Amino acid sequence: MPPATGFARLVLIEARRGGLPWLAAACLAAGLGLAAFLSQVALIETRELQLAIVAAWLRACAVFLVAAFVATRTLREIDDKALELLLALPLGRPAQYLGRLAGCALCGAALAAAFALPLLLWAAPGAVLAWGFSLACETALVAAVALFFAMTLVQPVPAIAATAGLYLLGRSIAALQALAAGSPAGEDSLAAHLARAAVGAVGFLLPRLDEATRSEWLLYGAPPAAAYAAVIASLVLYLGVVAAAGLFDFARKEV
Amino acid sequence: MQRARRVPAWVLGLLAASLAAQIAWHAGHAPLSRARESLPPAPRPEVLQLADLGEDPAAARLVMLYLQGFDLRGLDYHRLTAWLRDALALDPRSAYPLFAAARVFAETPDPAASRLALEFVYEAFTHDPDRRWPWLAQAALLAKHRLKDLPLARRYAAAIRQQTRSPDVPAWAREMEAFVLEDMNELEAAKIVLGGLLEHGDLKDPNERRFLERRLRQLEKRVK
Repeated sequence: MPPATGFARLVLIEARRGGLPWLAAACLAAGLGLAAFLSQVALIETRELQLAIVAAWLRACAVFLVAAFVATRTLREIDDKALELLLALPLGRPAQYLGRLAGCALCGAALAAAFALPLLLWAAPGAVLAWGFSLACETALVAAVALFFAMTLVQPVPAIAATAGLYLLGRSIAALQALAAGSPAGEDSLAAHLARAAVGAVGFLLPRLDEATRSEWLLYGAPPAAAYAAVIASLVLYLGVVAAAGLFDFARKEV
Repeated sequence: MQRARRVPAWVLGLLAASLAAQIAWHAGHAPLSRARESLPPAPRPEVLQLADLGEDPAAARLVMLYLQGFDLRGLDYHRLTAWLRDALALDPRSAYPLFAAARVFAETPDPAASRLALEFVYEAFTHDPDRRWPWLAQAALLAKHRLKDLPLARRYAAAIRQQTRSPDVPAWAREMEAFVLEDMNELEAAKIVLGGLLEHGDLKDPNERRFLERRLRQLEKRVK
């Protein structure tokens, strides 16, 4: 078995033994309970209301579970000195890092599949497939970010906070840019120009997560193939950037 | 296997007492009701988009659930219609804001408030006539029968005829103007509109059907 596959398998075993499937089941049960409650309070668009809110809930759960799992397991590996032991083995560092990342991404993909399945109750299979695959890519990206920050910052709170900050900024950057562009005070002032330029510059460094895993796809049909491919490509591209940054940092780590 | 240590009795007692105090505290306080609260001013749609992290359809519907909780009496309709505009801006394909405006908020006993709700429906209709005509048809009926404002009802009915282009808009909706001018009571008119919508297949949602049937029964009682 190649070393990277072994590391990925270890991560998956750890996720199973650490109770991740039970947490996922609890999130699903809460989502279905929420859907049942919403069906009682909606005046119209019951299906749309259930779908939009349950999908948003499950997306947030998947991202949180992956980020928390990756950060805590990585930091436990560091605290238990298991990482030092593994680094001392005659195995390539890129294989070790990418193996861990692949395992974490597979956990995210399993969560995405489990969370997409109940949406078939309300949405067409094509739309659910598009949403689920996008969520799998999004959780892979979150796993890469959490792994990078956990390896770099080596403390649980800063690692989780940095991951959450980058993720939330990625999901809200378009709204921030819209707010900056529509600022009512001093449109032509230097401060307004600087604010717009700063928000625009930050936007270049972030993934456009607001365009991924959209509940509109579930409500009104899957997006055109070209637009969907562009969204997935942007996620994969950013995953590559974060993985490369992580590899760079991991290669410099002293034992 | 590790054996659990025995918990001191006073810790168990403290847990039970604090839990009982928590339940007693909530039992002694009436649940918060938004019926008596005033509706806050609506934020800009961009602010809601920032807060919803890109989940615009979910946010649009949560705004509607939030608005549903307010008592219509004493509600500031300028603020209400601003919130409805926000909900529609977040998800322009959602029918919820228009349905609530035409079927719930416009049915207030306050004519000035009702007009604000109907004008919101008319304004929204002009942006997407082929999709939003059913609510303007309802607005025309309310203008005629509740507000007794025939010119307003005719304006809405004429707008359906003039601005809809889709072949999916049924003939009775395009002929709403003549229908408004006919001498029929509110119940008859409501039955025709509801029957038309049912026949046209626009009422698929079970909650919407139940709501409209309940409204029709209330109308029957009132007319009798």
